[in-house]
Amino acid sequence: MPAVAPRSGDAIFASAERVNAELFTLTYGAIVRQLITDLEEVDEVNKQLDQMGYNIGVRLIDEFLAKSNVSRCVDFKETAEVIAKVGFKMFLGVTATVTNWDAEGTTCSLVLEDNPLVDFVELPDTCQGLHYCNVLNGVVRGALEMVSMKTEVTWIRDMLRGDDAYELQVKLLKQIPEEYPYKDDE
Amino acid sequence: MAAIYSLYIINKSGGLIYYKDHGTASRMDTNDTLRLASLWHSMHAISQQLSPVSGCFGVELLEADTFDLHCFQSLTGTKFFVVCEPGTQNMEMLLKYVYELYTDYVLKNPFYEMEMPIRCELFDLNVTQGVQKDRVALLGR
Repeated sequence: MPAVAPRSGDAIFASAERVNAELFTLTYGAIVRQLITDLEEVDEVNKQLDQMGYNIGVRLIDEFLAKSNVSRCVDFKETAEVIAKVGFKMFLGVTATVTNWDAEGTTCSLVLEDNPLVDFVELPDTCQGLHYCNVLNGVVRGALEMVSMKTEVTWIRDMLRGDDAYELQVKLLKQIPEEYPYKDDE
Repeated sequence: MAAIYSLYIINKSGGLIYYKDHGTASRMDTNDTLRLASLWHSMHAISQQLSPVSGCFGVELLEADTFDLHCFQSLTGTKFFVVCEPGTQNMEMLLKYVYELYTDYVLKNPFYEMEMPIRCELFDLNVTQGVQKDRVALLGR
């Protein structure tokens, strides 16, 4: 019997083991800081954070599926809702809202009002090009790729750069069918 | 008391990444387990094609005279299957539980490489415990 997909991640979040939020925030800060020291170029840091997120995402998706009991989503709209309401809540403790759908239903925005990654962060002038939370892009991209959705994830708004919220645009590039290539000549 | 004979995990390309023997009788050698795993992977795929209705996700239970085979496939394509005595209950629960253990002790292990054979002691330990606990029907949780 398929389990009914939860519409929010509250229950899972409540039952999951947690660490101190400050430890989490400061650890992430230390990683970003170290990357800036090591790579020197802000663009390289963005790229590296995205790659790290991707590596996290491809593993995280299984934990998400195992513990959230969500079932197969019927379309990308449902996927986006599940990420925003269940996924973000489960792993980040906040929920996002899904807005700005395009006409084809392949591009949308996840808007975060609150973001625990940036609690103590102020971007200095030397790091203006930095997408501090770029790891989140990678996580979403990696996770969706494992459930056969190729996506492109970009930041639209960033509070560290003076916007009023965090807005992550998710664009569905293509859905890779799960079927095996049965017909060799095709 | 119903017995669990063995547990397998197959990665999404059909390779066996984990095998654990829990029974005492009829141990299989490594080659046989690999063969069985890839065979099951293909059968599972074929069963999806054979299904007269659309939206079939493959065989979940194979019943034979001497054993039952329960299979669970995660949405990411990893298959978990358990071979047990006919009529053993709660196997879906057990497989879901093993999936959770896999996400905790395998995927979160930074030294585990994706799609590669699982050599994680903690996972081993927890799976063994899980299977034993199952015998006292704990997984009706």
